[in-house]
Amino acid sequence: MTWLSNSSVGRKVVMSVTGAALVLFLLFHATMNVVAIFSGDAYNAICKFLGANWYALVGTLGLGFLVVVHIIYAFILSVQNYRARGKERYAVTDRQKDVEWASKNMLVLGIIVVCFIFLHLYNFWAKMQLVELQHMAGCAVNTSLAQNGVYHIQQLFSSPVYSIVYLVWLAALWFHLTHGIWSAMHTLGWNNNIWMARWKCIAKIVATLIVLMFAAVVVCFAFGIAPICA
Amino acid sequence: MDKTINIKVKVWRQAGPKAKGAFETYELKNISTDSSFLEMLDVLNEQLISQHKEPVAFDHDCREGICGMCSLYINGHPHGPDSGVTTCQLHMRKFHDGETITVEPWRSHAFPVIKDLMVDRRAYDKIMQAGGYISVNTGGVPDANAIPIPKKAADEAMDAASCIGCGACAAACKNGSAMLFVAAKVSQFALLPQGKVEAARRVKAMLGKMDELGFGNCTNTGACAAECPKNVSLSNIARLNREFICAKLKD
Amino acid sequence: MARIDELLKGDIITAKIPEGPLAEKWTNYKAHQKLVNPANKRRLDIIVVGTGLAGASAAASLGELGFNVLNFCIQDSPRRAHSIAAQGGINAAKNYQNDGDSVYRLFYDTIKGGDYRAREANVYRLAEVSNSIIDQCVAQGVPFAREYGGLLDNRSFGGAQVSRTFYAKGQTGQQLLLGAYSALSRQINKGTVKMYTRYEMVDLVIIEGRARGIIARNLITGVLERFAAHAVVIGTGGYGNTFFLSTNAMASNGSAALQAYKKGAWFANPCFAQIHPTCIPVHGSFQSKLTLMSESLRNDGRIWVPKKKEDAEAIRAGKKKPTDIPDEDRDFYLERRYPAFGNLVPRDVASRAAKERCDAGFGVNATGLAVYLDFKYAIERLGRDVVEARYGNLFQMYEKIVDENPYETPMMIFPAIHYTMGGIWVDYELQTSIQGLFCIGEANFSDHGANRLGASALMQGLADGYFVLPYTIQNYLADQIQVPRFSTDRPEFAEAEKAVNDKIERLMKIQGTRSVDSIHRELGLVMWEFVGMGRTAEGLKTALEKIKEIRKTFWNEVYIPGRRNDLNVELEKALRLADFIEIGELMARDALLREESCGGHFREEYQTPEGEALRQDDKFSYVSCWQYEGEGKEPKLLKEPLDYEFVVRQTRNYKA
Repeated sequence: MTWLSNSSVGRKVVMSVTGAALVLFLLFHATMNVVAIFSGDAYNAICKFLGANWYALVGTLGLGFLVVVHIIYAFILSVQNYRARGKERYAVTDRQKDVEWASKNMLVLGIIVVCFIFLHLYNFWAKMQLVELQHMAGCAVNTSLAQNGVYHIQQLFSSPVYSIVYLVWLAALWFHLTHGIWSAMHTLGWNNNIWMARWKCIAKIVATLIVLMFAAVVVCFAFGIAPICA
Repeated sequence: MDKTINIKVKVWRQAGPKAKGAFETYELKNISTDSSFLEMLDVLNEQLISQHKEPVAFDHDCREGICGMCSLYINGHPHGPDSGVTTCQLHMRKFHDGETITVEPWRSHAFPVIKDLMVDRRAYDKIMQAGGYISVNTGGVPDANAIPIPKKAADEAMDAASCIGCGACAAACKNGSAMLFVAAKVSQFALLPQGKVEAARRVKAMLGKMDELGFGNCTNTGACAAECPKNVSLSNIARLNREFICAKLKD
Repeated sequence: MARIDELLKGDIITAKIPEGPLAEKWTNYKAHQKLVNPANKRRLDIIVVGTGLAGASAAASLGELGFNVLNFCIQDSPRRAHSIAAQGGINAAKNYQNDGDSVYRLFYDTIKGGDYRAREANVYRLAEVSNSIIDQCVAQGVPFAREYGGLLDNRSFGGAQVSRTFYAKGQTGQQLLLGAYSALSRQINKGTVKMYTRYEMVDLVIIEGRARGIIARNLITGVLERFAAHAVVIGTGGYGNTFFLSTNAMASNGSAALQAYKKGAWFANPCFAQIHPTCIPVHGSFQSKLTLMSESLRNDGRIWVPKKKEDAEAIRAGKKKPTDIPDEDRDFYLERRYPAFGNLVPRDVASRAAKERCDAGFGVNATGLAVYLDFKYAIERLGRDVVEARYGNLFQMYEKIVDENPYETPMMIFPAIHYTMGGIWVDYELQTSIQGLFCIGEANFSDHGANRLGASALMQGLADGYFVLPYTIQNYLADQIQVPRFSTDRPEFAEAEKAVNDKIERLMKIQGTRSVDSIHRELGLVMWEFVGMGRTAEGLKTALEKIKEIRKTFWNEVYIPGRRNDLNVELEKALRLADFIEIGELMARDALLREESCGGHFREEYQTPEGEALRQDDKFSYVSCWQYEGEGKEPKLLKEPLDYEFVVRQTRNYKA
């Protein structure tokens, strides 16, 4: 399996597979979040379910692994690609028709997304699963809010700054996904002239769906609409 | 009918592969809009020669868009702002009076500059030599009609085969990747029964050579296909990926 | 000189044609020729100059056989040779269409198309191997056009009444060349062929009467380098760029052929140049080349000019558009003059007919030097989709250049220099009059007589490279296996290199006021006016005078900037122009000698009352071969008689 690291297509396959898996996770995560809009209790039940259980921990570790691999490969590819352009750069560059802006800025978009993942982990994971883990490890921590996801959501988005920051993040995520999803399929060889347009459309739909679901939570909580049933 | 324009051309001048290059700007008057871009450069060169200066070196040959020799990066586009044409088919009617046109060589690690606007594209030949062929010797082959080939496959192979090897794909790519070039050749042969036999070996050899020569990794921006003077489709790259992944999984 | 003695009886040349009936000559030759055994092949070096259809296919095939091949091209890649620009197709006598084609018919059409000025045995062999070429190309993965049933499609071409032309969109030459290039790439990978790109042959090296190497200029460094081999093959194409404006590529040149000529190879039929009827007309003084529109367009396009002079004048003045002229006022002059072949007459006939109409004042375009090629009727008959499928890429190309949409307004076309049938004389084995020097493809003179039929150039290039030379060269090399590799330190190499050095030195020192291109344009105008479509004794004499003046201008007033040991495009062009001037003179001289009209050579003094070419078979049924006699001296004329054993010569008739 060395081809996954020492051939250009192999490296891209790794990006695609990890990326596609992360998209699936995002879909799951977003669907879960939407529950919070309707019912705080239901949402907290999910939070409890995904607390410091063995399966949730395995899932978390798996996710962490995917993210790390995706990022490491992204940097390796970017460095190699930068070198492949040669020392002299073009004095004039112009946009081509039919070339998405996102496709040329995946690294930047990715970095924005990652920065906010850290923020997001600090905002939620550090106050929930981590607290539970610390508790299990015998540390003296207050676990009363560790499974109260809705509380944390309410706390965070009552701050307009955080709401706006999260929306900006979601915008970056949207751009990253619109290219990432079809590009992953393309790299895995699942594309042709007919599917090209279909995948691009599917990518936009999935990206929009994910981002809308996340954004709905932010907006609803920011304006205090949610949860509808307390 | 015969309209003329006055322009400035900002041209990359570089005396040799190791020399330091820089832009020089030249003024040109009364350029017919019916003339091709290269004919405009001919006029510039005649002007330079008459001033006993060295003319601008640039690659060109057939001047009808098929040999793939011309290679200029004009105003931010390989082969200039018009689509579906090579530099030699680009006409001055695409530019307006008073415009400053910036002309650069292909920029890619694998295409070092030889002089001025000329670059060394032998890397593409090396990729072809690694496997861009069907291994048949002259003679001893079956009758041409012995193996029927569906028209659709033949047409698609022809579309892929229309690549002229000019290097615009790698020049346009922000990753300096030659994937569209490799994909076009791999696709042509993968679509034909004659080429299927050694398809796995071919795709591994060609891609391996491409990586070895320092071309970048494809990130599917699609700039290559957008700039390709022969409109080679991006979906060939998907086929290349498919062929390569299948070949590796079978190993 | 043993070789000359073998070929020449008095000043009559024999071409070493094998005995026997026409259809058995090649088979007999192959059965009895000498071969080189596999172990010895790798000890023999062959230089192949050029990587077009002929050069690439020869280099690849010789490499496959096990010879050690050195292959040279002036471009940055072997794939860029100008064969790539051929659009229409390649002929073969497959008879897939069941329309009565056969090897004999292809042979006969080619002989007749060449106006009975080609050698029967060579042409028959060409027709014979044509089928193998198609098989070979398909096996290489050339994506020829196919029918829905999966079998190969054919189209018809000028000068034939059967559909025998195989094609790959409008890019047949490209696809065939890429096929040969892929075979060549495979051999380069295997190490049997060593490729030298951006190298230009600047002289031939002869040792003890045999071609044993070349001097080549590295175009990047400007340094002269020496290469030795047991045999040298020239496949460098034609010399059409003598006319400056032609459909050839900018760097296409006749220099390798001229170097061979100056070392003793005979130059045959230099005046036979083909003028292609369907090119985009000249539109300005800045123009650098002429673009060909495939002859296949004549399958569905109808050629016309206005019937009334006042219409033509109104169009020229921009007062009327071609679409304003009703059908009854259009003169479809080819259909009128040649009812049987109509728009599909051979190229020379179509070109002259266009010239005749324009000379008579019916030409269109602002210059009056153009005729219409109209697809209105094809679109009405077949629908736009079918026309687009057949010619879409050509229409697009036309629109890019001319900025007019050929779906809506007729194309304008005019004849332009396209191909040179003349070239280095070769015998049946493709060996020149210098032992060990072979010449293939357009560079030689052999198969097309005075006019080449459409889709036959690709056929000849590949026939020579794949299926003829790899056999015949062995007959020469069989007794060379004992000859050790030559050292390039030998005095013959030093002498040749010095001569080139001196020539370059001389050119660089002139430091005059004229650019190379300005002199080349001047030469081109003289050639087009006096040695072009219609030639007269008086005009040709004028041409000879003017070419002498141009030579003087060139050697006294040319200015070459830059340094010699550097990439210097102007120096490259100057070296080529020096040779074009010589070739131009040779063409004029040959045209003056040939007091008849045949094929592409039209002497206005020799025409029928209807304006058709009038051959003088009793006086000029021979190949005129020119032998170099030294600088400033008149070349010597030698003749290879053309005895027609198997076909009866007739006046070409495309009327009925």
